[in-house]
Amino acid sequence: MKEEIIMAGFGGQGVLSMGKILAYAGLMDDLEVTWMPSYGPEQRGGTANVTVILSDQPISSPVLNRYDTAVILNQQSLDKFESKVKPGGTLIYDPYSLRNLPTRTDIRLVPVEAMEATFKLPSAKVYNMVLLGALLKSRPLVSVDAVMRGLKKTLPERHHHLLPLNKEAILKGMELVGE
Amino acid sequence: MEEVRLMKGNEAIAHAAIRYGVDGYFGYPITPQSEILETLEELMPWETTGMVVLQAESEVAAINMVYGGASTGKAVMTSSSSPGVSLKQEGISYIAAGELPALIINCMRGGPGLGTLQPSQADYFQATKGGGHGDYHLIVLAPATVQEMADFVGLGFDLAYKWRNPVLMLADGVVGQMMEKVVLPEQRPRRTEREIAEQCPWAVTGRPEGRGPNVLTTLELDPLKMEQHNLHLQKKYDAISAEEVRYEEIDTEDAEYLVMAFGSVARICQKAVEEAREQGIKVGLLRPITLWPFPAEAVARLSNKVKGILVVELNAGQMIEDVRLNLDTRVPVHHFGRMGGIVMDPDEVLGALKEKFNIQ
Amino acid sequence: MTPEQIKKPENVVAQRPALLNDNTMHYCPGCSHGVVHKLVAEVIEEMGAEHIAIGVAPVGCAVMAYNYIDVDWIEAAHGRAPAVATAVKRLNPSRLVFTYQGDGDLAAIGTAETIHAANRGENIAIIFINNGIYGMTGGQMAPTTLEGMVTATTPYGRRVDLNGHHLNISPLLAQLEGTCYVTRQSVHTAAAVRKAKKAIRQAFENSMKGLGTSVVEIVSTCSSGWKLTPAKANDWMVEHMFEAYPVGDIKNTTTQKS
Repeated sequence: MKEEIIMAGFGGQGVLSMGKILAYAGLMDDLEVTWMPSYGPEQRGGTANVTVILSDQPISSPVLNRYDTAVILNQQSLDKFESKVKPGGTLIYDPYSLRNLPTRTDIRLVPVEAMEATFKLPSAKVYNMVLLGALLKSRPLVSVDAVMRGLKKTLPERHHHLLPLNKEAILKGMELVGE
Repeated sequence: MEEVRLMKGNEAIAHAAIRYGVDGYFGYPITPQSEILETLEELMPWETTGMVVLQAESEVAAINMVYGGASTGKAVMTSSSSPGVSLKQEGISYIAAGELPALIINCMRGGPGLGTLQPSQADYFQATKGGGHGDYHLIVLAPATVQEMADFVGLGFDLAYKWRNPVLMLADGVVGQMMEKVVLPEQRPRRTEREIAEQCPWAVTGRPEGRGPNVLTTLELDPLKMEQHNLHLQKKYDAISAEEVRYEEIDTEDAEYLVMAFGSVARICQKAVEEAREQGIKVGLLRPITLWPFPAEAVARLSNKVKGILVVELNAGQMIEDVRLNLDTRVPVHHFGRMGGIVMDPDEVLGALKEKFNIQ
Repeated sequence: MTPEQIKKPENVVAQRPALLNDNTMHYCPGCSHGVVHKLVAEVIEEMGAEHIAIGVAPVGCAVMAYNYIDVDWIEAAHGRAPAVATAVKRLNPSRLVFTYQGDGDLAAIGTAETIHAANRGENIAIIFINNGIYGMTGGQMAPTTLEGMVTATTPYGRRVDLNGHHLNISPLLAQLEGTCYVTRQSVHTAAAVRKAKKAIRQAFENSMKGLGTSVVEIVSTCSSGWKLTPAKANDWMVEHMFEAYPVGDIKNTTTQKS
C-alpha cells in the first residue's frame, strides 16, 4: 500500500494541520509517513500545500509531481494540481470556493460541501476536519480511531476538550461523501 | 522499545542535541531552520540536562559563542541557513584553526544574497572547499532523512571530538521542514568537568594546580611556525580522508547509468531510479553521506562500470566538479539542477537522464 | 654586595606579581598596557583566582596578552570577545571570565557584541583600553579618536563631517540594565594606578557575585600612535582625552562604592 497525497488551499484554512493529523494517524497505524509542507510566507495567507505520503514500505522521494489523491480547497490549487492527479486517482474538492469546477473524466471527482457543513458546526476551525473526513471516506487509508489517537497526541492537553468536536466534523465529512 | 516519533528534521536536531548531552546551543533565527532554536527554548533543557540555550544578537555572535564554548572543551553547536552561515564563516575559520570540536548546521536555502526561503544545495562549495579564509576543512555530513538529522548530531560530535575538528551538517529546507518518523537516541549525561579535563587536555578551563596556562589562539606571527601548524592540519585532513568517508550505494551492482546526489535530492533521485528500473533502464544511485571527505574511491570504481553519470543538485553544478576530479575513465558526466528554491521532482530527474544520455 | 644578597624577602618593597611572567612585552615604551596587565595579574593573584581565571584577548595591541599573564586564555576574533566570554561564563559559571579589549575592538567592530553582552548582564568583566587610536595596525583612526586628532587615516585631523564624532561608549553601556558597574580610570600616576586596580578588583568581584556586567574603561596613552614621548603623551591625555572621557565612576549599582 502506498498513497501519495497533495493537500492545497489558502494559508489559514488548516491545510498543513490536516496533513499533519493524517500523518500522525499513519504513524498510529504503523505506516511509513512523510509530511512535506510548502513553507515560508505562504503561511501568512498565500497558497499553502502539503504532500503527505503513507506507505507500508520505506518512502524515497518526499517531493512528487503526480499524486494518487488531491484535496483541493481553492481555485489556484485546483488549477495547479488537477492535471497532476494520476489517472484513476481521486480529487476531493469543495465547490464553495471554486469558480471553475474540475473537468477530468479519468479520475474520481469527489465534491464535498464542506464549507456549507462547517457553517452548521460550532466552530469554523474544524473546516479542515470535515475535509479530512471526506478524504477518509473516499480513501480509507487510516481508521477514524487512528486519526483520533493521532489528534490526541498532537493537540496540547489544554485543547483536548475539542476532541469531540473534531470527531463530529470528521464524521460529518464522511457523511457528505456518498457510497 | 524505543519510541517512534513524528517530527520535523529541525525539531529532531533539537531533541537529539539534548539527548546527546550537548552543553550549549547558540543561534539566531532564520528561515528555514528556526524550529531548532524554538524547539530548544520550548524544551528548556537547562532545567533538565543543564544545557545552555541562547538566542544570540547575530550569527556572528553565535558562532563566536561556539568558539568560546568549544575552547573550554564543552560540546557546543549552532545552526543557521545560508545567509547566516556566510556570516559565520569568520568564526568557522577560527574554530578550524584552533582545532576545536563543534557542530554547525546549515539548513540551506536558495541564494545568492538574501535569496529565497526555499530549499537549495548551493552552499556545497562553501561547505566543502573552505568557506572562510585559510587552508582548512570541515567534516561535512549530508542528511537525507529526519532520522539522519537526529543521528548526525551524535555522529557529528563524535567525529568532532575524535578529530578535534568542526563538523558541518549540510541539510536543506526539505529535510529541515519535512516530518517523518524518527527514533531518538537514548539520553546521555553531559560530560563532567573531570571528563573534559581528561579528554580535552587542551581545553581552556581555568589553569589547575600543576599545569601551565592553556591558551587557545589562532595567531602565529612566525611564518615557520605557522607553516608547521598548516602542515599539521593537512596531515590531519589526510587521515580524516582516509578513515571517514561515508556513502550509500543503491542498485549499483548492475547499473548502466549512475545518478549521484546528496541530501534530500538523493531521495528524489531514488524514486527516479525506481521508475527508471520499472521502464527497464538500469540505473544506480550513489549518495555521498560525507561531502568532505568526498567518496573519491567509490566514484572512481563506479565510473569504470557505467556508461554515464548524472549529477543531480539544487544548484548550478557544484558537486559535479568533485565527481569529474575523481573519475577513473572518460565516462560522460552531466549535471541536472534546479535553482532559486525550486525542487525538482522524480519525473524531471528521469527526463534529464534520458535526454542527456539519449536513452529511448 | 651582590644582587643575591639584596634579594631577601625582608628587603622586598615591591615586586611583580607571579602571574606576570618573564616574557618581554611587545608594547611600546610608555604604553599603558603594561601597567594594566600588571594590575590584572595582581588582582587575580590577590583574589586567589589564578585557577579559575579565563581571559579573552582581543585583536589589537593586546592580542598577545596571553603571552604575559599566566592564566588560561582564549584569543578571540576582532570584536567578538564579549560573545566568546558570554559562552565561556555561561558554560563555566564558577570561573572568573574577563575580556581585555581596545577601543577599535570594543567600540567599532565589536559594538554589537559589547552592547548585547552588557544588555544581557553577562557576569563578565570587560577591561577596556581607550587610547583613541588603532595602535597595532599603525595608528589609524579609532571610534574614540578625538575631533581634530591626526592619525594615519585622518592625516589632516578627524573631521566630524567626514568621520563623525568620537564615540563615548561607556556612558552608553551604563544606560543598559545589564551593567552593574561602569567606571573610567587611568594609569598615568601612582594614585590613578591604585584607583584603577581597585576598580578592576571590584569588576572581577562583581562578576563572581553574579551582579551583571562590569566595564572598566582605562583612558590610555599611545606614544607611538600619538607620536609623542611617553611623558608628553601623558600630558596630552590629561589635557585632551580627559575632557572627552572624564575619569570616575559612571555607574555603580552595587553596594560596594569606590
